[in-house]
Amino acid sequence: MRSPLRLVGSVFAVLLIILVIALAAGWWLGTRPAEPVAASTQDFDHPALIERGAYLARLGNCAACHTTAGGEPFSGGRAIPTPFGTLYGSNITPDRDTGIGAWSADDFWRALHDGRGPDGSLLYPAFPYTSYTRLSREDTDALYAFLRSQPAVSQPDRPHELRFPYDQRFLLAFWRALNFRAATPSPPSPPEGPDATLWQRGAYLTEGLGHCAECHTPRNRFGGLRGDAPFAGTLMPIGDWYAPALTPVRGGLQGWSVADIATLLRAGTTPHGGAAGPMAEVVFDSSQYLTPQDAEAIATYLVNLEAPAHPEPSPVENVFGQLGAQRYEQHCASCHGEQGQGKGPGWPPLAGNLTAQLPDPVNAIRVILDGGFAPGTALNPQPYGMPPFRHRLSDTDVAAILSHVRQSWGNVAPAVSPNDVRKARRHAAH
Amino acid sequence: MADRMLACTACHGAEGRAGADGYYPRIAGKPAGYLYQQLVNFRDGYRHYEPMALLLRQLPDSYLHDIARYFSNQHPPYPPPERTPTTPQQLQRGETLMFSGDPARELPSCATCHGADLAGSTPDIPGLLGLPRDYLTAQLGAWQGGTRRTPEPDCMATVVARLAPADLAAVTAWLSHQPVPGDYRPAAAPPPDLPLECHASPAPEAQP
Repeated sequence: MRSPLRLVGSVFAVLLIILVIALAAGWWLGTRPAEPVAASTQDFDHPALIERGAYLARLGNCAACHTTAGGEPFSGGRAIPTPFGTLYGSNITPDRDTGIGAWSADDFWRALHDGRGPDGSLLYPAFPYTSYTRLSREDTDALYAFLRSQPAVSQPDRPHELRFPYDQRFLLAFWRALNFRAATPSPPSPPEGPDATLWQRGAYLTEGLGHCAECHTPRNRFGGLRGDAPFAGTLMPIGDWYAPALTPVRGGLQGWSVADIATLLRAGTTPHGGAAGPMAEVVFDSSQYLTPQDAEAIATYLVNLEAPAHPEPSPVENVFGQLGAQRYEQHCASCHGEQGQGKGPGWPPLAGNLTAQLPDPVNAIRVILDGGFAPGTALNPQPYGMPPFRHRLSDTDVAAILSHVRQSWGNVAPAVSPNDVRKARRHAAH
Repeated sequence: MADRMLACTACHGAEGRAGADGYYPRIAGKPAGYLYQQLVNFRDGYRHYEPMALLLRQLPDSYLHDIARYFSNQHPPYPPPERTPTTPQQLQRGETLMFSGDPARELPSCATCHGADLAGSTPDIPGLLGLPRDYLTAQLGAWQGGTRRTPEPDCMATVVARLAPADLAAVTAWLSHQPVPGDYRPAAAPPPDLPLECHASPAPEAQP
C-alpha cells in the first residue's frame, strides 16, 4: 500500500505538470507570430498614398497618444493613465534613433496587426492593436507612408511607469493568450436591412481604425475587452469619465438616427446635445475629419447594433425634496429651459439627454463642475460653452440638481449623492 | 457672441470686466494679439491653470482669434482702484521702477514697452492698470518660477528675473493703486526700439 505522503506527492506532481502545460500553451498562444501579409506597394513616397495615410492617421487619432499639447506632432510623450500605471506615447516620427525611422513597412504592419515591435517584443495594449489588428495591409501601408513623410524629431521615449508585476513585459504573452487574436481578413456579414457595403465599411472603421471599443466596451479584470458586451458602455479605466453605450439603450444611442450620429462625429454637436470630455477631444482631433460617407458608414453600423437584454433602470427616490428643482430654477433654467427643453442651437435639451441619463453620473457632474465648449469644428466653428460651476455649487447642490434632472421630463436614471460629486471633484479641475 | 462666451464671463465678469475676487482678471479691452496668445498658452501648457486648459482643449486657433477679438472690443467701465496695505516708500519705489527702471540691475522701466500711459499697444503688449494686486503678484511670481511662460523669446521672463522680491511688491502695489483714466485704450502700435525681443503672436489667418 502506498503511503499518504506519496499520494500527496503524486497529486502535486500531476498538478505541476498541468500548470506547466497550461503555461506553455499560454506562452505559445500569446507569442506565436501572425500570418504575414505581403505589402500592397513598394512606392511609399507616392503623394496619393501619403494623403490617404494622413486621413487614416486622423481617423485612428494617432496624435491623441503620440502628440502632447503644444508638442511636435507624433514625437510622443503624452501620459496615458491606466489602473496598472502610467504609459507614455512613443515617438513615431521618422527619426532613426528615437522614432520609427528604421522600421520597414513590414515592421509597421506587425506592430498594428500583431502588437509586436521590430525585435518581436510584445507591445502594451494601451496601444490599441487589439483594434488595429483589423486594418487592411493597404491601410497600414498608407499610414506608414504618411508617418515617414513627417518631420523627424529626435526625442527619446519616456519610460513607462507601471507597477509590478505589470512592468514585466513577458507577462503580456499570457495576457494575449486570454485577450487577443490577430484578425483574419474575413469581413463580417451584415445584418438584414442596411446597405451591406456601407455597413461593412462602418464595421471596419468602428472596430478597426476608430478603435471605439477601447473606451465603449467594458473590460474584464485583466483589462481585456469583454467579448460578451460589445459597446455596452463603461467607466473609463481610471474612472474619470463614463463612455456611453453605443447600443440603442437609454443613456446610449436610443433614439439617435444615422444622421444624428454622423452629425455628432463631424460637427461635435446635435439637437440632442454635444460631445463632452474625451469624446469632445476625439471629435476635435479625429472624427470631424471623417468624409460624409465614412461618418454615415460608422453611424449605419452603430444604429444596427443590438440592444442587450437588460432591464431599464428604475428611478430611485429623490431624497432632496424641492432643493433640486429650486437650484435648477436658480442656476440652469434660464438656458436649459423650465422643462429641460433647451434653447436654440447653443443650449441642449436635458429632457431625453444622453449624458443626463448615463448609469454613472460622473460625466454630468463634471460638465457642471468644469463646464466646457462643444468641440470647435469646420461645421461648428464657434461653439457655445457651458460655464464651470465648481465654485458656485456645493456637492449637495450638484447632487440635488442632477437627481432632479435625471428624474424629470421623462428621464429615468438613479439619483446622485453628494458623495458621488465629491468623488468626481477629484478628477475635475481644481 | 456674448451668448457663446458665457463660459468665460461666468468667471471673468460681464463683458470680461473681471471676476468678483482677485484671481479672474479683466480681459475686456486688452489687445487681441495678447489675448489670443494667452488662450494658446493656456491650451498648450505655457501657462498653467487647469480649468482654462480644459475649456480650451478642443477649440481651434480660428475661434481663439474670434474670442480674443470679441473681448478686445469690450470696454466696460473700470472699478475704482483697490486699497491694499502699502507705504509711501513702497509706492515711490514702484513709481521709479515704472518710469525709470533700475539701470544698476539692467532693468528697463515698465513704461519703455507698456507705454508712458501703461496702456499697452496692439497687437501684443497688454496694459497694466486696472488689475488687482493679487493677480499681478501671482503673475510676476509665476513668471519668476517658470510656471507662466511664452514661447521664446520670452522677454518678460528676462525682465522679471532681474526683479528683486521687494521690487516686485513695489511694482504691484503702485500699479494696483492707480485709478484708470477714462480714455484708457492700447496704442495703435508698440513704442519704437523695444529693449528686448519678445514673442509675437501670429496674425489671424485670412478668413475664406
